[in-house]
Amino acid sequence: MTSRKTEILVGLFVILTVGAILLLGLKVANQGMQARGETYTLKAKFDNIGGLKERSAVKVGGVIVGRVESISLDSDDFTPVVVLTINKNYDSFPETTSVAILTSGLLGEQYVGLQPGFKFGDIGNLTDGDFIEDTKSALVLEDLIGQFLFSKNND
Amino acid sequence: MISACVNWVAEVGRNTIERCAAIGRAGLMLFGAIVALPKLKNVRLTIQQMYVVGVQSLLIIIVSGLFIGMVMALQGYTILVDYGAEGSLGPMVALSLLRELGPVVTALLFAGRAGSALTAEIGLMKATEQLSSLEMMAIDPLRRVVAPRFWAGMISMPMLALIFSAVGILGGHLVGVDWLGVDSGSYWSIMQSTVDWNEDVLNGVIKSAVFALVVTWIAIFKGYDAVPTSEGISKATTETVVFSSLAVLGLDFVLTAIMFGIE
Repeated sequence: MTSRKTEILVGLFVILTVGAILLLGLKVANQGMQARGETYTLKAKFDNIGGLKERSAVKVGGVIVGRVESISLDSDDFTPVVVLTINKNYDSFPETTSVAILTSGLLGEQYVGLQPGFKFGDIGNLTDGDFIEDTKSALVLEDLIGQFLFSKNND
Repeated sequence: MISACVNWVAEVGRNTIERCAAIGRAGLMLFGAIVALPKLKNVRLTIQQMYVVGVQSLLIIIVSGLFIGMVMALQGYTILVDYGAEGSLGPMVALSLLRELGPVVTALLFAGRAGSALTAEIGLMKATEQLSSLEMMAIDPLRRVVAPRFWAGMISMPMLALIFSAVGILGGHLVGVDWLGVDSGSYWSIMQSTVDWNEDVLNGVIKSAVFALVVTWIAIFKGYDAVPTSEGISKATTETVVFSSLAVLGLDFVLTAIMFGIE
């Protein structure tokens, strides 16, 4: 026979597990924030994506508005194509918006920074599947040092 | 000389046959136990066994989780602070716990705390002929004794692993944030941006479900198959802990290679 005490203690065990799942889900993995919500995709071609990875953040002024969906190489002109999933809440970026690959801190992760452009005249908004024309590549330290040495020689 | 060689070959053959037969018996026993799930009375028995196997393991799981999280935060901090990257303490603690230490250490502790007890209990039941008595009364000991213990182990261990990881992350917070002064916001927020629900948490649960199957199966089979003497039970109990620990560590490498190895 299952005694009352046993049932209560097993119940507490189950409740403790649910608490652990909630802690891991909401506080650690932050499942509640990003999973829901409709999204749309934008694409951008870069010369060099540096250390950008899938699932890297897409930020506007430091606010996360989406994630990097996929990274592939265009087979015609051999430039990387980055597909961004952006939250439907932020669907009014003008076509003059520029995009850059930035680094958080000196050694931190790389992320995609969107810089919304001005709205004037008949400039429309970016819609699902559009390419962002104005892109700035990732800063590669080796290139930077090379440029520095080159400009030094010219002096 | 030749007869010694033949004897040696025969011994190899006997061992192999014995191993294969044991695997077969273990499979039959597991099949007999698993088929016996749908019975209301067995659910009652399973809950009772969850008390023995799960609730009574809680203390050791919580204490070890807390201290492992605390030690990891302490060790990680001393290295990360040199690079000014102590903000990465949160993801370091969380990922190592969720992916590796949670499932593995829980399984090792479970094998020592609950697996050995299961083996000894079932082995002693066999030695005192309680299992035979059950059969005399037309009660299948596989359904009455083995199945509830098996399901209790299968259910309890992933739960224990989740609790272990959660407590460990809180322990890391205790040392990293409250003692060493890492910013609480960056501890949680960098952890949130790094840890993925499917990739990390669910894979950890799958891992610990596999470990639960292996450890509980070995524990129950060793008890059920023990030589019904004092020495036999003591040997079976030792073998349970040794075999399931080795199986857990070996399987962990394989599972990690499958889950995280190839992008």
